[in-house]
Amino acid sequence: MNRQQPIVDAQNIEKSFGDLKVLFGVDLQVAPQELVFIIGPSGSGKSTLLRCCNLLEQPTAGTIHIMGEEITAKGVDINQVRQRIGMVFQSFNLYPHMSALGNVALALRKVKKIPRTEAEALAHEALRRVGLSHKASSFPNELSGGQQQRVAIARAIAMEPEVILFDEPTSALDPELVGSVLEVMRELRASGMTMVVVSHEMRFAAEAADRVLFMDQGLIVEQGTPEQVFNNTQHDRTRSFLSRVSGN
Amino acid sequence: MDWEVIRFSFFNLDSIAQVYPLLLKGWWMTIKLCVAVVPLGFALGAMIATVHSFKIRWVNWLLIALVDFFRSIPPLVLLIYTVYGLPLLGFDVPAFGAVLVAFTINSAAYYGEIVRAGIESIPAGQLEAARSTGLGRWQAMMHVVLPQAVRNVAPDLTSNTLELIKATSIASVVALPELLRMGRVAQGLVYNATPLIAVAVIYLLMLWPLVRLLSRLERRVLAAR
Amino acid sequence: MDAFIDQFFNLDVMIKYLPDVIGGFWITLALALSVIATGLILGLLLACLRAFQWRVINLGIVLFVDLFRALPPLVLLIIGYFGLPYAGLALSGFTISWLCLSFVLAAFAEEIFWAGITSVQKGQWEASRSTGLSFGETLIYVVIPQALRMTIPPLTNRTIAITKNTALASVVAVQEMLTVAQTSLAYAANTSPLTLAAIGYLLVFFPLVILSRWVETRFAWKR
Repeated sequence: MNRQQPIVDAQNIEKSFGDLKVLFGVDLQVAPQELVFIIGPSGSGKSTLLRCCNLLEQPTAGTIHIMGEEITAKGVDINQVRQRIGMVFQSFNLYPHMSALGNVALALRKVKKIPRTEAEALAHEALRRVGLSHKASSFPNELSGGQQQRVAIARAIAMEPEVILFDEPTSALDPELVGSVLEVMRELRASGMTMVVVSHEMRFAAEAADRVLFMDQGLIVEQGTPEQVFNNTQHDRTRSFLSRVSGN
Repeated sequence: MDWEVIRFSFFNLDSIAQVYPLLLKGWWMTIKLCVAVVPLGFALGAMIATVHSFKIRWVNWLLIALVDFFRSIPPLVLLIYTVYGLPLLGFDVPAFGAVLVAFTINSAAYYGEIVRAGIESIPAGQLEAARSTGLGRWQAMMHVVLPQAVRNVAPDLTSNTLELIKATSIASVVALPELLRMGRVAQGLVYNATPLIAVAVIYLLMLWPLVRLLSRLERRVLAAR
Repeated sequence: MDAFIDQFFNLDVMIKYLPDVIGGFWITLALALSVIATGLILGLLLACLRAFQWRVINLGIVLFVDLFRALPPLVLLIIGYFGLPYAGLALSGFTISWLCLSFVLAAFAEEIFWAGITSVQKGQWEASRSTGLSFGETLIYVVIPQALRMTIPPLTNRTIAITKNTALASVVAVQEMLTVAQTSLAYAANTSPLTLAAIGYLLVFFPLVILSRWVETRFAWKR
């Protein structure tokens, strides 16, 4: 593994919602250009861990450094930090009242303060990268689920983040639309983007991930290369999860 | 009933010819009042709703208490407070200003409630997506959540605006020379009720289209449920 | 700050005028309750009538509703009190206030009830009629109970807003709370009596507003 400074360095993250504890001290390091894949049953805390990484959830305990800067420290401008961490949601969360281009350009204009024409040129470029130049003026309700998710990815990459977090990006999609989104993610990886992906697409994990983490009950149970985790499984809990998702 | 008396007292064209400049002046004042108070009330209401959405507990308790307070007080009472109370306190506010303050506060309470409902109708994912790209709270509200929220509650907003325009007639009680006030003045000049009927007709001409539009909007909302 | 307290919360003035204001309070309460009862019942009756879809009557109802929704209540009060006498019809300020505000509430209530009735699914009508219930019986036993539930939140809000207009009766010489407070304000050259009236209004309407909040969360399931 890469010895450079990690992009994401989360130490001992705990998270409780009221009385319900969902993360019990989790460590996550992500090296530059690495694709980390997080798998696990629902309720295992994997989405919460991801959402802690850009403080959509405030961790109850633990520290998170992004590019060496502690974002869990007091007085950090979280909006500055979030520019550098893209996020892609299960339910796309495109703004329904804006065109695809508007969706991508908004943060460029309002957060990065880039003038409109320039922001729109950048947004066009981002849409081109996800293969949707021709849909720039379409509104979300005119796009298929797969196209919407690709716009959401364009919205994230347009900000030129250091890392993109994917929270079950294909779970809400019809099976025939999943491929187009995975294709975009593959290309992102090829271009050297650092990515953390929570997903059930095991085949994609096996093919594209540098490292697979298996989480259960708020802890990382097992991690390693896809080869190690899938074919040389160490823990029973991992094994039973894998057999369930592969449907055998 | 004597129809000639009715015609003379309520539909007296000579009286109208005599006092129509007064009524026009009053109508213009009503328009000015509305043009000032509707945007102000809405802006303050949207601000209240936005702060409310930040979910700071003690702030929200305070906001709700304030909003409920102003929902419980008749606008006329508030109006008398600002018009007679502010000068007694040594604030030299012109009547128009005092009226503006009262109506802005009163309508903001209602607009705020409506916009709050609109904000709550927007899925949390919208705010999260906006925040995840680095937009601040106010920015995310302004550009992402509020435009959708306002659209969702458009019928209620329209209805509240209608009520607000109607409520401005209350300013006649504190001698602001708006439409109804001028109607009363005109009535005193011609000694019959025609100017009052004319006032009602002017209100109808202004507001009936809005009422029709609302009926249609409300039915569409219902059909969508 | 002292000036402020002296002007708005002057205890001596308050105590002096309290009995008068309480007298006005009862009149306000009486007016409010009669308006609520008359307005809601009339509104419900009109909505039921509309369900029968008789064309002429429907047109009449829609006109009534539009008229009382479009005209400011104060305009109605003033026409009633200062205008009607020209036609030889001089009613007391209380009667005029009661009638006008009841009609306004009835207009809004009719709209809301009617919306509720039309929102009950067609299948409910069909099921009920298929068991042999008449149109009227279906309306009363099946449709209205479901419609009522849906209409309660908007209706409570609207009722509060319209009933607050009892304060307007001060303009047509009803000796209700605000009138008394204003007279006292003039005598005392002090705003404290108005504060008493404001407290009186809070006593009546604040519980209602709280109730409306409770009702809103309670019945939120349908949206």
